[in-house]
Amino acid sequence: MRNPAAAIQTGEHSGHETASNQAFGFWIYIMSDLVLFSVLFATFAVVGGNYAGGPRGKDIFDLPYLFGETMLLLMSSTVFGLATLAAQAGRRRAVLWRLAIIFLLGLGFIAMEIGEFRGMILAGNRPERSAFLSAFFTLVGTHGVHVLLGLVWMAAMMCQISVRGLTVPVRSRLARLGMFWHFLDILWIGIFSIVYLMGVA
Amino acid sequence: MAARRMDTSGTESRGWHSSIVGFVLSLFLTAAPFALAMSGRMSRPIAVAGIASAALVQIAVHLKFFLHLRDSPSSRWDILALIVTVLIIILFVGGSLWIMHNLNYRMM
Repeated sequence: MRNPAAAIQTGEHSGHETASNQAFGFWIYIMSDLVLFSVLFATFAVVGGNYAGGPRGKDIFDLPYLFGETMLLLMSSTVFGLATLAAQAGRRRAVLWRLAIIFLLGLGFIAMEIGEFRGMILAGNRPERSAFLSAFFTLVGTHGVHVLLGLVWMAAMMCQISVRGLTVPVRSRLARLGMFWHFLDILWIGIFSIVYLMGVA
Repeated sequence: MAARRMDTSGTESRGWHSSIVGFVLSLFLTAAPFALAMSGRMSRPIAVAGIASAALVQIAVHLKFFLHLRDSPSSRWDILALIVTVLIIILFVGGSLWIMHNLNYRMM
Protein backbone atom coordinates (compact mmCIF):
# COMPACT_ATOMS: atom_id res chain seq x y z
CA MET A 1 0.00 0.00 0.00
CA ARG A 2 2.68 2.47 0.98
CA ASN A 3 5.29 1.03 -1.35
CA PRO A 4 6.47 4.05 -3.41
CA ALA A 5 7.44 1.89 -6.40
CA ALA A 6 3.94 0.40 -6.57
CA ALA A 7 2.45 3.90 -6.37
CA ILE A 8 4.47 5.05 -9.40
CA GLN A 9 3.49 1.95 -11.38
CA THR A 10 -0.21 2.51 -10.89
CA GLY A 11 0.26 6.09 -12.11
CA GLU A 12 -1.75 7.69 -9.31
CA HIS A 13 1.14 8.77 -7.20
CA SER A 14 -0.37 11.79 -5.44
CA GLY A 15 -3.82 10.29 -4.73
CA HIS A 16 -2.31 7.03 -3.57
CA GLU A 17 0.22 8.78 -1.37
CA THR A 18 -2.44 11.01 0.21
CA ALA A 19 -4.58 7.97 1.07
CA SER A 20 -1.66 6.06 2.55
CA ASN A 21 -0.51 9.12 4.55
CA GLN A 22 -4.04 9.47 5.88
CA ALA A 23 -4.11 5.79 6.81
CA PHE A 24 -0.79 6.12 8.66
CA GLY A 25 -1.93 9.29 10.45
CA PHE A 26 -5.08 7.46 11.55
CA TRP A 27 -2.98 4.52 12.71
CA ILE A 28 -1.05 6.96 14.96
CA TYR A 29 -4.39 8.16 16.37
CA ILE A 30 -5.38 4.52 17.06
CA MET A 31 -2.07 3.98 18.87
CA SER A 32 -2.72 7.04 21.07
CA ASP A 33 -6.22 5.72 21.79
CA LEU A 34 -4.61 2.43 22.77
CA VAL A 35 -2.47 4.32 25.31
CA LEU A 36 -5.66 5.88 26.73
CA PHE A 37 -7.21 2.44 27.13
CA SER A 38 -4.02 1.06 28.68
CA VAL A 39 -4.39 3.65 31.47
CA LEU A 40 -7.98 2.52 32.07
CA PHE A 41 -6.78 -1.11 32.08
CA ALA A 42 -4.02 -0.19 34.57
CA THR A 43 -6.60 1.51 36.81
CA PHE A 44 -8.80 -1.57 36.67
CA ALA A 45 -5.84 -3.84 37.41
CA VAL A 46 -4.89 -1.75 40.48
CA VAL A 47 -8.34 -1.19 42.07
CA GLY A 48 -10.29 -4.09 40.48
CA GLY A 49 -9.96 -6.15 43.64
CA ASN A 50 -11.38 -3.48 45.97
CA TYR A 51 -15.01 -4.56 46.33
CA ALA A 52 -15.82 -2.52 49.47
CA GLY A 53 -18.18 -5.30 50.57
CA GLY A 54 -20.05 -5.04 47.27
CA PRO A 55 -20.39 -7.69 44.56
CA ARG A 56 -17.46 -9.41 42.91
CA GLY A 57 -17.16 -10.05 39.19
CA LYS A 58 -18.33 -13.60 39.82
CA ASP A 59 -21.62 -12.34 41.29
CA ILE A 60 -22.65 -9.94 38.52
CA PHE A 61 -21.16 -11.22 35.22
CA ASP A 62 -23.33 -13.33 32.92
CA LEU A 63 -20.83 -15.14 30.68
CA PRO A 64 -23.26 -16.70 28.12
CA TYR A 65 -24.75 -13.21 27.60
CA LEU A 66 -21.24 -11.80 27.22
CA PHE A 67 -20.40 -14.52 24.69
CA GLY A 68 -23.35 -13.32 22.58
CA GLU A 69 -22.06 -9.73 22.74
CA THR A 70 -18.57 -10.90 21.74
CA MET A 71 -19.95 -12.85 18.76
CA LEU A 72 -21.86 -9.80 17.48
CA LEU A 73 -18.67 -7.73 17.50
CA LEU A 74 -16.56 -10.52 15.95
CA MET A 75 -19.08 -11.08 13.16
CA SER A 76 -19.27 -7.35 12.44
CA SER A 77 -15.46 -7.18 12.21
CA THR A 78 -15.43 -10.13 9.80
CA VAL A 79 -18.11 -8.58 7.59
CA PHE A 80 -16.11 -5.33 7.56
CA GLY A 81 -13.24 -7.26 5.97
CA LEU A 82 -15.70 -8.30 3.22
CA ALA A 83 -17.02 -4.73 2.86
CA THR A 84 -13.44 -3.49 2.34
CA LEU A 85 -13.02 -6.09 -0.43
CA ALA A 86 -16.22 -4.97 -2.15
CA ALA A 87 -15.01 -1.34 -1.91
CA GLN A 88 -11.70 -2.28 -3.53
CA ALA A 89 -13.59 -4.00 -6.34
CA GLY A 90 -15.79 -0.89 -6.74
CA ARG A 91 -19.05 -2.72 -5.97
CA ARG A 92 -21.13 -0.01 -4.35
CA ARG A 93 -24.28 -2.02 -3.71
CA ALA A 94 -22.34 -4.81 -1.98
CA VAL A 95 -20.49 -2.25 0.17
CA LEU A 96 -23.79 -0.67 1.29
CA TRP A 97 -25.36 -4.03 2.12
CA ARG A 98 -22.39 -5.16 4.13
CA LEU A 99 -22.16 -1.84 5.98
CA ALA A 100 -25.86 -2.15 6.85
CA ILE A 101 -25.23 -5.62 8.33
CA ILE A 102 -22.20 -4.33 10.29
CA PHE A 103 -24.27 -1.40 11.54
CA LEU A 104 -27.03 -3.70 12.83
CA LEU A 105 -24.51 -6.05 14.51
CA GLY A 106 -22.81 -3.06 16.18
CA LEU A 107 -26.19 -1.70 17.27
CA GLY A 108 -27.03 -5.12 18.74
CA PHE A 109 -23.76 -5.07 20.68
CA ILE A 110 -24.49 -1.60 22.11
CA ALA A 111 -28.08 -2.58 22.97
CA MET A 112 -26.84 -5.67 24.85
CA GLU A 113 -24.23 -3.62 26.69
CA ILE A 114 -26.78 -0.99 27.72
CA GLY A 115 -29.06 -3.83 28.86
CA GLU A 116 -26.24 -5.26 30.98
CA PHE A 117 -25.42 -1.87 32.55
CA ARG A 118 -29.09 -1.19 33.19
CA GLY A 119 -29.51 -4.52 34.98
CA MET A 120 -26.48 -3.84 37.18
CA ILE A 121 -27.60 -0.32 38.09
CA LEU A 122 -31.16 -1.45 38.86
CA ALA A 123 -29.69 -4.12 41.18
CA GLY A 124 -27.89 -1.33 43.08
CA ASN A 125 -24.45 -2.08 41.62
CA ARG A 126 -23.76 1.48 40.48
CA PRO A 127 -20.32 2.92 39.63
CA GLU A 128 -20.10 4.59 43.06
CA ARG A 129 -20.72 1.27 44.87
CA SER A 130 -17.04 0.23 44.91
CA ALA A 131 -13.68 0.98 43.27
CA PHE A 132 -14.10 -2.25 41.29
CA LEU A 133 -17.41 -1.05 39.83
CA SER A 134 -16.07 2.48 39.12
CA ALA A 135 -13.13 1.05 37.16
CA PHE A 136 -15.42 -1.48 35.45
CA PHE A 137 -17.96 1.10 34.22
CA THR A 138 -15.21 3.52 33.12
CA LEU A 139 -13.29 0.95 31.08
CA VAL A 140 -16.23 -0.90 29.50
CA GLY A 141 -18.25 2.32 29.08
CA THR A 142 -15.40 4.10 27.27
CA HIS A 143 -15.22 1.19 24.84
CA GLY A 144 -19.00 1.37 24.37
CA VAL A 145 -18.82 5.10 23.60
CA HIS A 146 -16.18 4.35 20.95
CA VAL A 147 -18.47 1.75 19.35
CA LEU A 148 -21.33 4.27 19.41
CA LEU A 149 -19.17 6.91 17.69
CA GLY A 150 -18.11 4.27 15.16
CA LEU A 151 -21.80 3.67 14.38
CA VAL A 152 -22.39 7.41 13.82
CA TRP A 153 -19.37 7.48 11.50
CA MET A 154 -20.70 4.38 9.70
CA ALA A 155 -24.10 5.99 9.13
CA ALA A 156 -22.33 9.04 7.67
CA MET A 157 -20.24 6.78 5.39
CA MET A 158 -23.36 4.97 4.12
CA CYS A 159 -24.86 8.36 3.18
CA GLN A 160 -21.65 9.45 1.45
CA ILE A 161 -21.37 6.19 -0.50
CA SER A 162 -24.97 6.34 -1.69
CA VAL A 163 -24.73 10.04 -2.67
CA ARG A 164 -21.17 10.34 -4.01
CA GLY A 165 -20.31 6.74 -4.90
CA LEU A 166 -16.97 5.06 -4.19
CA THR A 167 -14.73 8.02 -5.02
CA VAL A 168 -11.08 8.04 -3.91
CA PRO A 169 -11.69 10.19 -0.78
CA VAL A 170 -14.75 8.11 0.20
CA ARG A 171 -12.79 4.87 -0.12
CA SER A 172 -9.97 6.36 1.96
CA ARG A 173 -12.44 7.29 4.72
CA LEU A 174 -14.02 3.84 4.57
CA ALA A 175 -10.57 2.25 4.95
CA ARG A 176 -9.95 4.34 8.08
CA LEU A 177 -13.36 3.41 9.52
CA GLY A 178 -12.39 -0.23 8.92
CA MET A 179 -9.15 0.25 10.89
CA PHE A 180 -11.16 1.85 13.72
CA TRP A 181 -13.72 -0.95 13.76
CA HIS A 182 -11.11 -3.74 13.80
CA PHE A 183 -9.28 -1.85 16.57
CA LEU A 184 -12.44 -1.77 18.71
CA ASP A 185 -12.79 -5.53 18.30
CA ILE A 186 -9.16 -6.05 19.40
CA LEU A 187 -9.79 -3.88 22.47
CA TRP A 188 -12.83 -5.99 23.26
CA ILE A 189 -10.61 -9.12 23.36
CA GLY A 190 -8.63 -7.44 26.15
CA ILE A 191 -11.82 -6.41 27.98
CA PHE A 192 -13.62 -9.75 27.93
CA SER A 193 -10.41 -11.62 28.85
CA ILE A 194 -9.12 -9.40 31.66
CA VAL A 195 -12.31 -7.91 33.12
CA TYR A 196 -14.85 -10.69 32.65
CA LEU A 197 -13.15 -14.06 32.22
CA MET A 198 -10.33 -13.45 34.72
CA GLY A 199 -12.92 -11.92 37.07
CA VAL A 200 -14.90 -15.17 37.07
CA ALA A 201 -12.09 -17.76 36.77
CA MET B 1 -9.11 -4.75 -18.88
CA ALA B 2 -9.86 -8.47 -18.66
CA ALA B 3 -6.55 -9.07 -16.92
CA ARG B 4 -7.34 -6.30 -14.50
CA ARG B 5 -10.73 -7.78 -13.68
CA MET B 6 -9.24 -11.23 -13.15
CA ASP B 7 -6.67 -9.67 -10.87
CA THR B 8 -9.40 -7.97 -8.84
CA SER B 9 -11.41 -11.17 -8.41
CA GLY B 10 -8.22 -13.01 -7.41
CA THR B 11 -7.58 -10.41 -4.73
CA GLU B 12 -11.18 -10.67 -3.62
CA SER B 13 -11.19 -14.46 -3.26
CA ARG B 14 -7.91 -14.26 -1.31
CA GLY B 15 -9.51 -11.57 0.84
CA TRP B 16 -12.56 -13.78 1.51
CA HIS B 17 -10.23 -16.58 2.44
CA SER B 18 -8.36 -14.30 4.88
CA SER B 19 -11.58 -13.05 6.51
CA ILE B 20 -13.05 -16.54 6.93
CA VAL B 21 -9.81 -17.99 8.34
CA GLY B 22 -9.59 -15.02 10.74
CA PHE B 23 -13.20 -15.57 11.81
CA VAL B 24 -12.86 -19.32 12.43
CA LEU B 25 -9.62 -18.91 14.39
CA SER B 26 -11.13 -16.07 16.47
CA LEU B 27 -14.27 -18.12 17.13
CA PHE B 28 -12.14 -20.96 18.52
CA LEU B 29 -9.89 -18.57 20.49
CA THR B 30 -13.00 -16.98 22.05
CA ALA B 31 -14.94 -20.17 22.80
CA ALA B 32 -11.95 -21.91 24.45
CA PRO B 33 -11.27 -19.30 27.19
CA PHE B 34 -15.04 -18.88 27.82
CA ALA B 35 -15.32 -22.65 28.33
CA LEU B 36 -12.24 -22.55 30.58
CA ALA B 37 -13.71 -19.76 32.75
CA MET B 38 -17.21 -21.26 32.88
CA SER B 39 -16.18 -24.83 33.73
CA GLY B 40 -14.33 -23.60 36.83
CA ARG B 41 -12.45 -26.88 37.10
CA MET B 42 -8.97 -25.40 36.60
CA SER B 43 -7.11 -23.74 39.44
CA ARG B 44 -7.07 -19.95 39.09
CA PRO B 45 -3.42 -19.50 37.99
CA ILE B 46 -3.81 -22.06 35.19
CA ALA B 47 -7.13 -20.58 34.05
CA VAL B 48 -5.67 -17.04 34.02
CA ALA B 49 -2.63 -18.21 32.03
CA GLY B 50 -4.89 -19.99 29.52
CA ILE B 51 -7.18 -16.95 29.11
CA ALA B 52 -4.20 -14.61 28.68
CA SER B 53 -2.51 -16.77 26.04
CA ALA B 54 -5.76 -17.24 24.06
CA ALA B 55 -6.23 -13.42 24.12
CA LEU B 56 -2.67 -12.74 22.91
CA VAL B 57 -2.97 -15.27 20.08
CA GLN B 58 -6.37 -13.86 19.08
CA ILE B 59 -4.95 -10.31 18.98
CA ALA B 60 -2.18 -11.57 16.66
CA VAL B 61 -4.85 -13.28 14.48
CA HIS B 62 -6.82 -10.02 14.23
CA LEU B 63 -3.71 -8.01 13.35
CA LYS B 64 -2.81 -10.46 10.58
CA PHE B 65 -6.17 -11.45 9.07
CA PHE B 66 -8.29 -8.33 9.68
CA LEU B 67 -5.83 -5.42 9.82
CA HIS B 68 -3.40 -7.14 7.38
CA LEU B 69 -0.25 -6.12 9.22
CA ARG B 70 2.59 -8.15 7.78
CA ASP B 71 6.31 -8.24 7.51
CA SER B 72 6.62 -6.10 4.39
CA PRO B 73 7.97 -2.59 3.66
CA SER B 74 4.41 -1.24 3.42
CA SER B 75 3.64 -2.23 7.02
CA ARG B 76 7.01 -1.25 8.49
CA TRP B 77 5.99 2.11 9.95
CA ASP B 78 2.69 0.76 11.26
CA ILE B 79 4.54 -2.01 13.09
CA LEU B 80 7.17 0.39 14.42
CA ALA B 81 4.42 2.63 15.86
CA LEU B 82 2.76 -0.45 17.36
CA ILE B 83 6.00 -1.59 19.02
CA VAL B 84 6.57 1.84 20.60
CA THR B 85 2.96 1.86 21.84
CA VAL B 86 3.29 -1.62 23.34
CA LEU B 87 6.43 -0.40 25.16
CA ILE B 88 4.46 2.55 26.59
CA ILE B 89 1.62 0.21 27.63
CA ILE B 90 4.06 -2.13 29.42
CA LEU B 91 5.53 0.87 31.28
CA PHE B 92 2.07 2.20 32.25
CA VAL B 93 0.40 -1.04 33.27
CA GLY B 94 3.48 -2.81 34.68
CA GLY B 95 4.67 0.35 36.45
CA SER B 96 1.25 1.05 38.01
CA LEU B 97 0.93 -2.51 39.28
CA TRP B 98 4.49 -2.55 40.62
CA ILE B 99 4.19 0.76 42.48
CA MET B 100 0.76 0.06 43.92
CA HIS B 101 1.67 -3.45 45.07
CA ASN B 102 4.82 -2.09 46.68
CA LEU B 103 2.86 0.67 48.39
CA ASN B 104 0.29 -1.84 49.58
CA TYR B 105 3.04 -4.06 51.00
CA ARG B 106 4.68 -1.17 52.87
CA MET B 107 1.38 0.03 54.34
CA MET B 108 0.62 -3.32 55.94
